[in-house]
Amino acid sequence: MSVLSLNNLYAGYGQTEVLHDVSIFVNPNEIVAIIGPNGAGKSTAMKSVLGLLTINSGNVELNGKDITNTPAAEVVRLGISYVPQTQNVFVNLSVQENLEMGAWTRPLGIRERLAEMFELFPDLGEKRNQAAGSLSGGQRQMVAMAKALMVDAKILLLDEPTAGLSPKYRGEIFTTIQKIKSTGVPILIVEQNAKQALGVADRGYVLVDGANRYTGKGKELLEDREIARMFLGGGH
Amino acid sequence: MEAYLGYFLYFLSLATVGGIYAIFALGLNVQWGFAGLFNVGIVGFAAVGAYTYALLTTAESTFHYGGLDLPLPVGMFVAMVASAVIAGVIGLICIRLRSDYLAIATIGIAEIIKLILKNETEVTNGPRGINKIPRAWEHFSEERFYSSWPMSWFNTPDGWAVFFDALPNWWWQPCFAATVLFCMYVIYRMLERARISPWGRMMTAIRENEPAARASGKNVTARRVEAFVIGAAIMGFAGALFAQHLRLIEPTNTFDPAKVTFLVWVMLILGGSGNNRGAMLGAFLIWTIWSASELMISGIIDLAGYVFQTFDTGLLATRAGFLRMMLIGILMQVVLQKYPAGILPEVRPASPRSNK
Amino acid sequence: MWESFGFEFVNFYFIPGLVLGCIYALGAIGITLTFGILRFANFAHGELMMMGAYLTWTIMAIATAVLGIAVHPLLAAIPASIVVIYLFFWTDKFFYKPFRKADTIKVVMASFGMMLILRSAVQVIWGPNQLTFVPGIAKPNPSLLGWSSDIGAMLLIPNKHLFIFAGTILFVVVLSYILNRTRIGKAMRAVSDSPDLAHVTGIDVDQVIRATWIVGGVCAIAAGVFLAMDIQMLETTMGFRMLLPMFAAAILGGIGKPYGAVVGGLVIGLSEELSAYPWIGDAPLLSPGYKTGVAFAIMVVMLIVRPQGLFKGRSF
Repeated sequence: MSVLSLNNLYAGYGQTEVLHDVSIFVNPNEIVAIIGPNGAGKSTAMKSVLGLLTINSGNVELNGKDITNTPAAEVVRLGISYVPQTQNVFVNLSVQENLEMGAWTRPLGIRERLAEMFELFPDLGEKRNQAAGSLSGGQRQMVAMAKALMVDAKILLLDEPTAGLSPKYRGEIFTTIQKIKSTGVPILIVEQNAKQALGVADRGYVLVDGANRYTGKGKELLEDREIARMFLGGGH
Repeated sequence: MEAYLGYFLYFLSLATVGGIYAIFALGLNVQWGFAGLFNVGIVGFAAVGAYTYALLTTAESTFHYGGLDLPLPVGMFVAMVASAVIAGVIGLICIRLRSDYLAIATIGIAEIIKLILKNETEVTNGPRGINKIPRAWEHFSEERFYSSWPMSWFNTPDGWAVFFDALPNWWWQPCFAATVLFCMYVIYRMLERARISPWGRMMTAIRENEPAARASGKNVTARRVEAFVIGAAIMGFAGALFAQHLRLIEPTNTFDPAKVTFLVWVMLILGGSGNNRGAMLGAFLIWTIWSASELMISGIIDLAGYVFQTFDTGLLATRAGFLRMMLIGILMQVVLQKYPAGILPEVRPASPRSNK
Repeated sequence: MWESFGFEFVNFYFIPGLVLGCIYALGAIGITLTFGILRFANFAHGELMMMGAYLTWTIMAIATAVLGIAVHPLLAAIPASIVVIYLFFWTDKFFYKPFRKADTIKVVMASFGMMLILRSAVQVIWGPNQLTFVPGIAKPNPSLLGWSSDIGAMLLIPNKHLFIFAGTILFVVVLSYILNRTRIGKAMRAVSDSPDLAHVTGIDVDQVIRATWIVGGVCAIAAGVFLAMDIQMLETTMGFRMLLPMFAAAILGGIGKPYGAVVGGLVIGLSEELSAYPWIGDAPLLSPGYKTGVAFAIMVVMLIVRPQGLFKGRSF
C-alpha cells in the first residue's frame, strides 16, 4: 500500500482550477519526483496535500486514510512534513530553535532527535546557535529539511529544494535526500532540475498543464527521448 | 402652531447637522471608499477647516489672531486649502507605507493639531476657543455686515436693523439648512462625476489589484495622495460649516475624536463605503439616531427620577451619553462583521462603452 | 557642577523621563508583539491598559471598604490582570478573529471601534471624572537621599518611582526569558517571523496568539498601573494619551522587536521630558504644552528616514 496517494485530483486556487485529474502515489522507501514545465501545477499538487487550496474533486490519502481538505497544522500532526520552496526557515531564530519549532507536534524525545539531526547534517551542528537568516542558501535548505524531519515524518515533501542554489550545493542536497531515504522516510520532491531529480528518484511523474503526461521509473524517464527533448534541455 | 414650529426647527437642525456630517462622510468616502486609505484623523482636518474659517471671517478681536473680517466664501475656500495642504504632507510621507502607518500618522496629526490649537493662545485663544463665528445667512443681521458694502448699497444700516427686527428670530435656519444641503448636493454630484471618470475607475483598479495597476504603469502613490488630499479638502470644508453651525469652537470638546472621527466612520460603514449615496444616507441615519436617542434617554431618566425619588438622575444623565457612544461602537462592529457592504453597497462604475 | 546643573537636570527631567519611558516601554511591548504576531496595529491597547488601572483601583477600594486594609497597587493588579487578560481574549474572539483571514485594515478598524467601546465602557462604569489613585504627596526615598547626599549628589526619588524602575526591569527580564528560553516564547518569535511557515510547521498558532495576548496584556496592565501610580490619579483619557507615544516607541524600536520597543519607549519618554529642559538659555527648549508632540515628531522622522526602525523590525 502506498504511503501517500493523490487520486484523480481536481484542485486549484478558488475559482481557478489548476489540476485536472492528477494522480500521484508514493510507496514506502521511495523517492518520487514531480517534474514539468513552469506553471504545470507541480507545486499546486504538493500544496493540495496540505489543505492549502480548494479541492473540487478527487481525494488525498495517507496510508489509506482520507485526509482531503485537512488543515495544514493537522496534516503535519499526521506525519506529513513539508518544506516550502521559499521562506522555509525562521530567519530570526537560531538553527537549533528552528529545529525545535519543527518538533512542535512531537511530544517526547526532542533532544535525542536533535542529536540525530546534527549527525545527519553535520554542518548544522557547528552553527546551531547562529540565526538561520545568516546562513547561506544551501545551508538554509539543510535547516529547512532538518526542521521538517524533527517529527517522525511518514513522508517528506520537498518543494524545489535546489531552486536558486549553486551547482555545488545542488549536488549536496541530492546526496542528503538519498541519505534521508536511507533512514526510511519516503520523499516526494518537486523539481525544476529534472535531470538530477530523476537521477535520484525511484519513480517520476511529468505534469503538463495540470495533468499527468508521463509516469515511469526515474531511469526510464531520463532515457525517454521525447521527455529529454521537452524538459531536459535539448535532445540527446 | 408653536409646537409645530418647534418640530419644524428640530427637523431643520437635524437636516443641517446631518448635512454637515454627510459632507464629512463624502470626504471620507473619497479616501476610504475610493482609495482604501484609512484615515482616523478626520477630527484634525475638521479642526483645521473650522479654525481657518473662524480666524479669517470673525470680526477683529483682542483674544485671537485677526479676525480678518474677510467674506465668508473666502474663509470657506481657504479652509479647504489649508486642510488639503496638511493632507498632502502627511500623504507624501505615509502613503507608500502599509495602511496601519497611515492610521497611526493620521490619529497623531489630529492630536498635534489639537495641541497647537490649545497651546498657541496668541493665535487661537487656546482652550477658551473662538466665538461669534459668522454663520451664513444669520451673519447678514450682524451690524458689521449690513453696515458695509454690498449690503449698505441696498439700504441704510438703520433700515436693515428694522428689517431684521421684523423677521422671526429663526428666519435664517431654513436658509442655512438649505445652503448646507445644497453644498452637500454639489459635492455629491462632483464626486459621482469623479467616480465614473477614468480617474475614479483607476482608483477602483488600484484598490482591488494594486500590483496589476502598478504593473500597467499607473502611478499608484500619486493617485492615492490625490484622493487623500481631495478627501481632506472636503473635510476642511465640512469643518468650516461645522464652525458656522456651532458659532463657538474650542479645541477639546468641539473636536472630540469620538464625536467627529468615529461617528463619521460609523456613518460611512453603515451607509456603504464606496457609495456616495450610502455615505449621505448613513450620515443622516446615524445623526438622527444619535440625536433622537439623546432625547429618548433623557426622557427615560426623567421618568426614572420621577418614579424612584432616590434616583440620582444627574449621575445617570452624565453617563448616558457614554452609553450611547458604546452602543454606536457595537453597532459599527456588527455592521463591519455581518454587513460589510453597508446599506447601499458599492456599485462598480460601468465601463464607458456599455454606458451609452 | 552638580549644584548648578545636575540636581535640577537629574531630579526634575531625567528621572521623570525615565519613569515615563518605563511606562511607554511596557505598553509598547504589547503593541509590538501584536503588530508582529497578529500583524495589525491595535488601537485598543491603550484603553485596555487604562481598564487595568481602573480595575486595580476598584480592587483596592473594595479591599479598603470590606477588609479595612490598604492594598498596594501592585498586589491589587494581580486579580485585575486576570480580568483584563480575559478582556483581551474576548475582544480577540468576538471582534478581531473574524477578520483574521481578511484584509488587515478591517482588524485595525475593529480595534479602533474597540478603543471607543472600551473607553465609553470605562466612562459609563466609573464616570467621566478623575479618580484619586493613591492620595498624598510622594516623598523621596530617605535612605537613597541620605546615601546620595553622602557622595555629593542629591537624588529625590520617591518610592513609587523605585517600584516602577524595579518592576520594569523585572518584566523585561521575565519577557526575555519567555521569548528565548520557553517553547511558547520561541514559537511567538517564529510566528512573528513568518506566520505561513509556522502554520505548515504545525505550530498551534491559536495557542501562540493567546500567549501573545497574555504577555502583552500583563505588560499593558503593569504600564497602566505604573502610570496611575506615577500621576496618582485615573482619568478616562489616559489610555488614549499613551497610545501615540507607544506606537512611536514600537515603530522606533522596529515592529515585532520587543527589546526595540523597550529602547524605543525609554527614548520617547526621555525625549518628551528632556525637550522641556532649558538647553539653550533659560527658557524651556520646547514649551511643556508640546511635550506629547515630541513622540509624534520622532515617529514621523523615523517613518521618513528608517521605517523599519532602529532594530530592523519588519517594514511594510
